[in-house]
Amino acid sequence: MKPSTNYRWRKLVDRVMRGATVAATGCAVIPLVAIIAYVIALGGSAMSVSFFTDVYQPPDLPTQNDELINEEVPFNPDDPFANLEMPAPESTDGALAGESAESQAVANAYAAGPRGGVLHGILGTLMITGIGLLMALPIGIFAGVYLSEYRNERLATIVRFSSDVLSGSPSIVAGVVIYVLVVLQTEQFTAIAGSMALAILMVPIVTRTTEEMLKLVPEAMREAARGLGAPTWYSTFTVVLPTALPGIVTGVMLAFARGAGETAPLILTVLGSNVITMSMFEPMAALPLLTYRYTESPYIGENTLAWGAAFVLVVLVLIVNILVRLATRRVGVTR
Amino acid sequence: MQNVITQNRGLGFGDLIASRNRTNTATDAVHAKIEVRNFSFYYGKFKAINAVTMDIPANRVTAIIGPSGCGKSTMLRAINRMHDSTIGAYGEGVLRIDGENVYGEDVDSVLLRRTVGMVFQRPNPFQLSIFDNVAYGLRVLGMRNKRELEQRVEESLRRAALWDEVKDRLHKSYGTALSGGQQQRLCIARAIATSPEVILMDEPCSALDPIASLKVEELIDSLRNQFTIVMVTHNMQQAARVSDITAFMLMNRETRAGELIEIDDTDKLFTNPEDKRTEDYISGQFG
Repeated sequence: MKPSTNYRWRKLVDRVMRGATVAATGCAVIPLVAIIAYVIALGGSAMSVSFFTDVYQPPDLPTQNDELINEEVPFNPDDPFANLEMPAPESTDGALAGESAESQAVANAYAAGPRGGVLHGILGTLMITGIGLLMALPIGIFAGVYLSEYRNERLATIVRFSSDVLSGSPSIVAGVVIYVLVVLQTEQFTAIAGSMALAILMVPIVTRTTEEMLKLVPEAMREAARGLGAPTWYSTFTVVLPTALPGIVTGVMLAFARGAGETAPLILTVLGSNVITMSMFEPMAALPLLTYRYTESPYIGENTLAWGAAFVLVVLVLIVNILVRLATRRVGVTR
Repeated sequence: MQNVITQNRGLGFGDLIASRNRTNTATDAVHAKIEVRNFSFYYGKFKAINAVTMDIPANRVTAIIGPSGCGKSTMLRAINRMHDSTIGAYGEGVLRIDGENVYGEDVDSVLLRRTVGMVFQRPNPFQLSIFDNVAYGLRVLGMRNKRELEQRVEESLRRAALWDEVKDRLHKSYGTALSGGQQQRLCIARAIATSPEVILMDEPCSALDPIASLKVEELIDSLRNQFTIVMVTHNMQQAARVSDITAFMLMNRETRAGELIEIDDTDKLFTNPEDKRTEDYISGQFG
């Protein structure tokens, strides 16, 4: 049969619509590709052995003015700003003109490559996020079990709704809450406060994933256990949860990835640190914080470290995602 | 037309029944294990079964047959209160096991199900090893002794005619990795491991191929004198082959509630039913 005009028109519309969807998909992928390319290109140049084994090192500034800093300045509580006058700015013009050797050294320090590493940030992120996850796990899993196994109770509807609201709320809110409830009360920025803020963000993810995974476990399994005289809690822990385990592991790892990348709540709780801290009750470094601080830094070398820290974060999330895939490939109920 | 029906009466079930070496009938049954008196069951406002009265004898196989929607599964599941988790479902009337009312206020449904085991339509082994599947009910009962567990698991698997097929991989294979027929025999082994007094079977062969079905039927046959077995089946030949007693249920067209039409010795019900509707059903006039 000869194609009619109608047919050609239909074909044309089909092609245009198809082209539009492909173009839109392209637009959606561009930022992702750009981010990854940028992070790899700029972060990759920060990679070195010392990047992973060293901690913060201050810029290589000349130390001639040390006496200025060390000079004893009497502190007057009635007028705290009395002695805080800046040194005479006479040499500044010279430094800008590059006249003296000293100002040349300062200029070199600004332009120098990266010094030190982010080991303290890597350890800090793993510790803060890890402890946060340990807090979120029991709450999230038990809440998920409640939502799935006792889904008809009215409280379950309320919990489910609150959980959705919580997972959609901005992460800074969790930071502010912990700042007021913990940091201000203890008068101290601490790593544990950061873990709490991250736990708040991770609980809804673990809860909803657990619930969804448990719902996928066939009702026949629960009936079988019930038919053998098993109480609900017993069948939940011996049959339902193990069957859904791979799926729950997915949720847990995704929660970890989400927590590891959070910056805003950590600014308000963990503050940051330039050294390795092993105490959860002190300020601590974290990769997102280092990325944030180093990006703002005037030193070129520290800017490079910021890209490096971002690169490590992306790789960390990537590794977690690959682990998720491997975990869910095993037998069992999966997404 | 009436003539044809009379000739075809029972579709030759008489031969089928005669060929089996039957020893059990209701009349020589020791006592009624399960007494159902004027028992109705509701899902919310909907009455699913209406005023059923029957006696299910101890250590016999009782089959409940009837067309889809006649309430036979509801009746079966009411016996061990599997409906408890269904919102709005409740029973009315009397359902006694060994003289104790199942729907009494002080009856713990969890404990009840330890006396009344269940085998489901689709095999539903747990995603655990074969051993752990059979040991599940025993562990629920608190059995922890390893040797005792091994002994009971082996005994149950032997009685379920599955031992020889799985003895080399008790701990290596998941119960879910077995074939459909093996899975169903595993589920039966799991149900008998705790030595329940009553076993309910909800169309235990409907998801199986004919050969697997036959094996399950043979298994039911071998268990007949040790347990009180109540089974629901769509398959009339199966009811005729396996059961001692048969109950026929039918949905009332006006109220849409399932009703018991007739319960009798299987040979009598299939060869000489008292009710016209039973006769119509077993001769394939409807359903």
